Amino acid sequence: MNALWQLLARHRVLSVLLFLLIFPLLMPYEALAVNILIFGLYAVGFNLLFGYTGMLSFGHAAFLGVGSYLTGISIVHAHLHWLLAITIGVVSAALVGVLIGHLAIRTRGIYFSMVTLALGQIVYYAFYKAERWTGGENGLRGVTVAAFDVAGLHIDFTNPITKYYVILGFVALALWLVSRILASPFGAVIEAIRENEKRAAACGYDVARSKLLVFVLSATICGLAGSLRALHLSVVPIDSLHYLQSGQAVMMCLLGGMGTFFGPFVGAAVFLYLEDVVTTLTRHWMAVVGAIFMMFILFFPRGIWGSLVARWERQAGSGTASGGESDRTLESVQP
Amino acid sequence: MTGIALGAIYALLAVGLSLIFGMLTVVNFAHGAFFMVGAFLGIYFQTLTGSFALSLVITPLVVGSVGMLSERFLVRPLYGRGIDYPLLLTFGLSYVLIELMRVLFGIEGLPSSTPAALRGSVDLGIGRFPLYRLVLIGATAIVVLGLWLVIEKTRFGLIIRAGSRDPEIVRVLGIDVAKVWLLVFGLGTAIAGLSGVLAAPTRAVNPEMGITVLAESFVVTVVGGMGSLMGAVVAGLLVGVVFSLTSLLAPEFAELSIFVLMALVLLVRPQGLFGRAGLMG
Repeated sequence: MNALWQLLARHRVLSVLLFLLIFPLLMPYEALAVNILIFGLYAVGFNLLFGYTGMLSFGHAAFLGVGSYLTGISIVHAHLHWLLAITIGVVSAALVGVLIGHLAIRTRGIYFSMVTLALGQIVYYAFYKAERWTGGENGLRGVTVAAFDVAGLHIDFTNPITKYYVILGFVALALWLVSRILASPFGAVIEAIRENEKRAAACGYDVARSKLLVFVLSATICGLAGSLRALHLSVVPIDSLHYLQSGQAVMMCLLGGMGTFFGPFVGAAVFLYLEDVVTTLTRHWMAVVGAIFMMFILFFPRGIWGSLVARWERQAGSGTASGGESDRTLESVQP
Repeated sequence: MTGIALGAIYALLAVGLSLIFGMLTVVNFAHGAFFMVGAFLGIYFQTLTGSFALSLVITPLVVGSVGMLSERFLVRPLYGRGIDYPLLLTFGLSYVLIELMRVLFGIEGLPSSTPAALRGSVDLGIGRFPLYRLVLIGATAIVVLGLWLVIEKTRFGLIIRAGSRDPEIVRVLGIDVAKVWLLVFGLGTAIAGLSGVLAAPTRAVNPEMGITVLAESFVVTVVGGMGSLMGAVVAGLLVGVVFSLTSLLAPEFAELSIFVLMALVLLVRPQGLFGRAGLMG
């Protein structure tokens, strides 16, 4: 068990990819698998800021939405190549991240959550009113990519399995990037900021710059998730910019386990699978998810995956003197 | 005048939010939901009793009780576990409250109208104004003044002020802080419920109405400064006036304007107009 655990921890990107390769077979239908893939990435991007740096943003829908809309607009209005459209979507999300981040990191704690929420709503209303480009209340329609051939493979986005594996390629790239960031010295700095901001500053780290950087990185990942979502849905709903969408990232992250590598994916999968099942049984999905979320905060604040990690770490660490979470060295890699 | 009446609602919401934050350092993400519940129950009690005035008294009591129950059983276990947890919990609570109102009153919402006695307009010497707007402003003034008197002049207010500075010392002095927090949470949510009753005749009453209101009351709180009663009132009126003026001059930008106002305040004075810099940590 311990050896398997070590293996999982060392090759965390590889193990998650191996799982995701067979994942569509486990789901009742492929569209749900694609959804989980995209929202998993969204939650991973959010987790970078919330779980690892300890900054609770309620404005991350802005990045998901901007990624979606700019990708969509590039395809619908400018007829650009879809790869270029994704690039535009991601870069725009990063730029919006710079703007919002620049304002929001002036505040801390609870204030930060309120300010990111309000700044995110600016983006929502701006896109809502720019009806000529965004379709306003109805959302942007007709984001389609024509079938094409590459390296002897016929890629057709209307085939959900093909779509799943193309999107998985992008997700893999992003996950590798996130894993690299977390394993880098910068990854240690952001965790230091989460544990004690003043001490990190006293150690000579530029806290404001690190915060802005991680904010923008997180926005970029969420922007990529948004871009992919536009291709997946072939429409961009205006709700993807609303702060309730930001709240969804929070819920997924907490359900799975914040500050763990796999947690956000687990959370997204559980959230979307539950939504899929519950909405067939009752119309009152919001009450169910709200109640489950409250239960988790009250009784399992570490989330599903986070609780498992804590348990395994206790077992693994029982031989040595220290086993507590706070004793964990910053260099240790964790799944 | 429209702006000031709208601002009065904003001010009331921000006062409730600020009161809870100032004492418990909890941002109530369900504040919009309590406002919405207030609007629904306000109409319900009004049709039940046939009196707007009665509903104006009963509804805040009921909403405040729901608030107290939530504090006792949901928020209280989370004290001392980090500031994010109560915030997240109230976010989940808002989902449940919204769905609860959908179950009780349907997803369409309720029709709302100004009570017959308060229709029409009055001449103030500088022009004719709808009577109900004046009622809104008057009611807000009474609540804010009453709250100010309670906080500044009574023993309970003294405990609130001391508790927001240093709850530990207050506890050491033999005061049941838990009970005070319970009452403050109840009071804050009751004010949210009251603003819901008052606002109902001026807008569409549906289960989602609190969602936008929450974002707007955050803007007011950030502009005014967290935990400041004075700030909440001034910023509420300011935001209301800015909103009305832009809807008059450039309706396209009405919703945007108040958020831009907040961004500007953040750039110039991150702690808000009346905020203490120390509260931001």
